Amino acid sequence: MATRPVTGEQRAFMTGNEVVAWAALAAGADIMYGYPITPQNEIMHYWTRMAPKYERGFLQTEDEISAGFATVGGVLAGKRAFTATAGPGNVLMQEAMAMAEMMRLPTVVVVTQRGGPSTATVIYSQQELNLTCFGGNGEGLRIVYSPASHDELFLYTIKAFNSAWKYRFPTFVLGDGYQSKMREPVTIFAPEARGITMEPCHPMVGLPGLPGEERDPAHLRNTYNLEDELYEVLMDAINAYESVAPQVMEWDTYAVDDAELLIIAHGVVSRAARAAVVTLRERGCKAGYFRPVTLRPFPAEPLRPLADRARNLLVVESAYGQLKRHVQAGLYGIPTPVTGYLRPGMGITPEEIAQCALSLLKN
Amino acid sequence: MDFNLKIALAGEGGQGVQAVAEIITEAAYRAGFQALYIPNFGVEQRGGVSVAFVQISSEPVSAPKFTTGDIVVALSPRAVERVRQYVGDKTLLVYEAGLEDDVRRVYGEEQRRLAVPALAIAQEEMHPRVFNVIILGVLVGITGFVKEEAVQQALERQLGHKFARDPALRELNYRALERGYDIGRGKREAVYTNLFAV
Amino acid sequence: MAIAAQPQMPRVWRAETKPHKFCPGCGHGIVLKALGEAIDALGIQERTIFGCDIGCSLLSWDFFNLDTVQTHHGRTTPVLVGIKRARPELVVVSYMGDGGAYAIGAQHLVSSAARNDLVTIIVVNNTVYAMTGGQMAPTTLPGQKTETTPYGRDAGLTGRPILGPELVAAIAPPGAYVARGSIANIVQLKNFIQKGLQNQVEGRGIAFIEALSSCPTNWHTNAAATWRFVEEEMTAYFPVREFRTPDEKPSSPLREVPPRGF
Repeated sequence: MATRPVTGEQRAFMTGNEVVAWAALAAGADIMYGYPITPQNEIMHYWTRMAPKYERGFLQTEDEISAGFATVGGVLAGKRAFTATAGPGNVLMQEAMAMAEMMRLPTVVVVTQRGGPSTATVIYSQQELNLTCFGGNGEGLRIVYSPASHDELFLYTIKAFNSAWKYRFPTFVLGDGYQSKMREPVTIFAPEARGITMEPCHPMVGLPGLPGEERDPAHLRNTYNLEDELYEVLMDAINAYESVAPQVMEWDTYAVDDAELLIIAHGVVSRAARAAVVTLRERGCKAGYFRPVTLRPFPAEPLRPLADRARNLLVVESAYGQLKRHVQAGLYGIPTPVTGYLRPGMGITPEEIAQCALSLLKN
Repeated sequence: MDFNLKIALAGEGGQGVQAVAEIITEAAYRAGFQALYIPNFGVEQRGGVSVAFVQISSEPVSAPKFTTGDIVVALSPRAVERVRQYVGDKTLLVYEAGLEDDVRRVYGEEQRRLAVPALAIAQEEMHPRVFNVIILGVLVGITGFVKEEAVQQALERQLGHKFARDPALRELNYRALERGYDIGRGKREAVYTNLFAV
Repeated sequence: MAIAAQPQMPRVWRAETKPHKFCPGCGHGIVLKALGEAIDALGIQERTIFGCDIGCSLLSWDFFNLDTVQTHHGRTTPVLVGIKRARPELVVVSYMGDGGAYAIGAQHLVSSAARNDLVTIIVVNNTVYAMTGGQMAPTTLPGQKTETTPYGRDAGLTGRPILGPELVAAIAPPGAYVARGSIANIVQLKNFIQKGLQNQVEGRGIAFIEALSSCPTNWHTNAAATWRFVEEEMTAYFPVREFRTPDEKPSSPLREVPPRGF
């Protein structure tokens, strides 16, 4: 039986859903739990075709609640377990992710955003930012990566497993329906070919030794009797999150050194933002772009000096201000005006952004 | 030479629009270009107009979809209407010749266009099933920079298992490709002046 | 002065967390004793994972010398199924109340039964939502007074009590073990639970045991009335017996497919 799904580096031309399945295989993911929802389905389709060849597991559950909780079970058992979902499925998934957040369980969820709210479209949006970053009845102690290309989708799916197991926070790869369904060139690789070492996994239950005699039993809970008990546990988690945040945070910039207009976008939209900046520069406009790669923790610190220097900020997203609110909260106290080009559930082209930027500069 | 060629294709389900898009994009990628293809997809598995968005570029492609295509292909009366939003002043509209009246009604006389008698060729000279391969050939002919061999290889990847069962099918497909290529080639100039105009 | 003999604690019980946190007269302690004795008898302590739900069952989160996870309301079975699929060598016990099993987590019970998941599910049926203060449960008997049926449960408005083992028995493929025991017969209950664990150890299929239990706190009953309710009223509606055993001849046209992990 083959044991290594990817050796070295391999060029390929495939859909994003296929990229995710290959990345999970390459990362050594042991088991996927899933429930059908568009546009995520082909992640399961590719996984179920390839997983048996590499002795990996799969369970199709009765709903996303079960998929989320079974993923929790998988990581408790000490396995690299993951699931994938979108839209209303992401809503249901939040219950299990709240438990993962409380108990600091290294779950990995790939989200392929579709239109919202409700069933909306199965196609595309960036409307699951709030839900993925802050879903559940908690504080958003999660790591959320927003990849922009198939190369990044591959990289950050691998990275998600490592960040989850290294920092012990539920980790999400926030893709979208466009990335799921589009085909573009990608280089897939074995982690070691890029110098990436996979974080080891440890079981949290089913530990060796007779509990109560050779060791204490693992007694894991998410319920506390008193406010003080909860506060103590929660503040430990919050402090841990804040201390690792600088290591986890990632962002990307382009032509920002003298930028008077700073365009801010994430995910697939950032590709259009970057292209728009190129066009604007050709026309003599001092434009630059900033892109948060991690939406949680949000890279506000590196953004602040750039925003302070700029004369205008333009936030571009396929949602009605979900990113913009993060940006404005992160830039509190900086007087540079923030404008939004907000297209909930719609794709955004470089031409639209450039046009919006030019009209902004005219005023 | 920097360029980003945008092609939108639309037709009825079963006309093979997505296969054409996938093959030409993959062939372009194999030929060393940047390429991106995305189908439209909704909750209607059947009955809607099938649209495909293809971009072939010297640089990594930015947005997966676009507002205006350089080439827009319409293969059914409904598709002629559906692609209206992607057709700009400079867009070359490629369509099945039998849709002449529909095209005139929606786009008037001024639109740059190329009527392809794909249906007639397929039915009279070949086989109705190679209709979309003729269209594929036209696009390869117009664009010029994707080698026919690369397209043939992409065809093999898609249909190789069928060719293996029926070698005559391979010959038929290659012939359809060639026929389309010759039609498209004549229009290459028009696209190039549009694409590379500074 | 003679010291009264203390009943023997099951070996798998964790002495440090005793006395336990349940109310006086609660049936949980008895069910957990039966479970403890069954685990002891099978010698599976080292590889058994205990999962408990929300509701009073969560108070068992530190009850045993077993690796334990306390989950969400109704979600214990999916968590343990997740563990079992990832580590098939473990024995997983999903412990919950009737609300978790038959109301908020019903889809998981139905689906696990249909899949013949290798999990042992123990449901404590006390006819009320106890931790939240005594509301109507899926198992509340017709006419029974609760906080949300203060004039007695009207079956015409709220339906009749759900029959859990009967439901699972109807769904589960051959190889399943399904029974209903009672705290009124601890020897039999322990026997049922032991068979249920054995079924999982042998990889034959799902095991489902409902235990009729008591809640004098929310029933507002004294000891005599409590036992009368369990032994007479509950038992009259919820028959105590085995419903499915793995050795039975398949009565359905389904061919037996041995369940497995990956």
